Amino acid sequence: MATQTISLGKRASSIERELSSIDRRRRIMDLTMRGLCSLAALLGAGALFLLVIHVVVNGVAALSIPLFTEMPAPIGTPGGGMAHAFVGSIIIVGLACLWGIPAGLLAGIYLADYQTPRLGGFVRFTADVLTGIPSIVFGIFGYILVVTRFGGFSGLAAAFTLGVITLPIVARTTEETLRLVPHELREAALALGVRRWRVVLSIVLPTARAGLITGAMLALARAAGETAPLIFTTLGNNFWNVDPTRPMAAVTLTIFQYAIWPYKNLHEQAWAASLILLLVVLLINLTVRLAARSAPSR
Amino acid sequence: MNAVNHLATSTLPGDAAPTPNSPNQRLEGPVAMPTATSSSVVPESDDGSAGMEIRKLSAWYGPRQALRDITLDVPGHQVMAIIGPSGCGKSTLIRCLNRMHEVTHGATVRGEVILDGRNMYDPSVDPVALRRIVGMVFQRPNPFPTMSIYDNVVAGLRLGGKVGRGSMDEIVERSLRRAALWDEVRDKLKEGGASLSGGQQQRLCIARALAVEPEALLMDEPCSALDPIATLRIEELIRMLRDEVTIVIVTHNMQQAARVSDRTAFMLAGEERIGELIEVGVTKEIFTNPHDERTEDYITGRFG
Repeated sequence: MATQTISLGKRASSIERELSSIDRRRRIMDLTMRGLCSLAALLGAGALFLLVIHVVVNGVAALSIPLFTEMPAPIGTPGGGMAHAFVGSIIIVGLACLWGIPAGLLAGIYLADYQTPRLGGFVRFTADVLTGIPSIVFGIFGYILVVTRFGGFSGLAAAFTLGVITLPIVARTTEETLRLVPHELREAALALGVRRWRVVLSIVLPTARAGLITGAMLALARAAGETAPLIFTTLGNNFWNVDPTRPMAAVTLTIFQYAIWPYKNLHEQAWAASLILLLVVLLINLTVRLAARSAPSR
Repeated sequence: MNAVNHLATSTLPGDAAPTPNSPNQRLEGPVAMPTATSSSVVPESDDGSAGMEIRKLSAWYGPRQALRDITLDVPGHQVMAIIGPSGCGKSTLIRCLNRMHEVTHGATVRGEVILDGRNMYDPSVDPVALRRIVGMVFQRPNPFPTMSIYDNVVAGLRLGGKVGRGSMDEIVERSLRRAALWDEVRDKLKEGGASLSGGQQQRLCIARALAVEPEALLMDEPCSALDPIATLRIEELIRMLRDEVTIVIVTHNMQQAARVSDRTAFMLAGEERIGELIEVGVTKEIFTNPHDERTEDYITGRFG
């Protein structure tokens, strides 16, 4: 009994010593890690801050009404705008979302509410892979599938390709949002003798509304900012064209073209257009936040 | 109270004659219950009293069997309580009674449940239509969060495409009165269901289930998420509704089973944790003079 107490006491003191040394090590480790994380966070935020400042400073100077209302001036002469590019972007992105978002929504509903494990797993995997594919690959895909077969470069080819990019994004965000809707709500509706599609339509989708809007808007922002796929599909156009079966201009494409031409005037317009793109994306994100906040809470 | 009872008898005139409903008559039922299946004294479903006959019902979740050969008569217009320790399959059993069990992925059923002379597991039976006849109230109150109180009540009618009797306004008032919630919400029908207290939400769910005019109501531990006062109100409600609908209630709470039910079924997980029916009988009998030793052990708190 006595020896036991002694050995216990001994062990206790050695434990104490060990504890304090471990404790010091841990504290240093903790501080180091916290410092590293903070630094990384600052770097990320700093980079974004620098980018925004740069675009704003350069863009504001060239921002003008004619930018939106006028066609390009003859190369080398001052003035002019890129009305054709803004209209082209709106048409292409609009058409892309018109099919990409509904298709993605349906695919997401399938994944969340109807899937069989095997096909569902396959579709989910495919969507994840698609989300990670570099956009230039989508451009080549659109080029081979649409441009070479259906009458050459066109706004439609671009809209198709951008839709393919938005589809998996919308599908996955939709699935994740719908999975957050409590299973009990689905059961409650099913137990009332409501058919499954009606449960999805009238109970699940309205409950998940905010998340669905978020997914669609983020996909829209992504589509609006793409450049590489457009090079291969709509090519660009220096003239006014609202016919989507022919090559169209787009803001991102025009920025790209103007940036590599050696004219200061065009560079300034490219900066201004970049600022507009930035604002559009910012606006979309703000809308998403507002939509998420005004959503009925559960 | 009176209004509710009046409404109750007037909505279901057909059941008044064949089914003895007064409390005295109820307790006069079979005094001795030799086996789990002998309930011949109680009116069966052939007189339209919405009883259910469960015949050799087994259920699985994927490869795992959860119920084995349950044979049990649920007499019409009574309250049947199902008690038993956790994992004995009582929730599974109740979910088999409106074919909600098969909603779970990989869940399967074998056996029969006869409602109004028809096996609800017959291939010709549409489970969606069946669920309008056998309603369900869940453990946690689950009003639809995007809908107002009013819309919650008529959700089953609107979304199910079932035409209710009378106008929507009448159905809402009648259903809320039957669920003893009308007086508390009559001035805020347009507000969200989530703004109510837990007990009110559960009564809203009961109103929602009653609005489609089911013949039977399944309640899966309807009070386990509620405080004692709210529980008491739900129990009062169950006793009032007994005259209009057949009620099967799963409960963890033996006192609750004793308070609200006419009959009690005791279940236990047997070998391989497969749920089995041990004993069923008039509630008073089960609680004062159980035939099976295991029932007695459970009721006296020796396990579970």
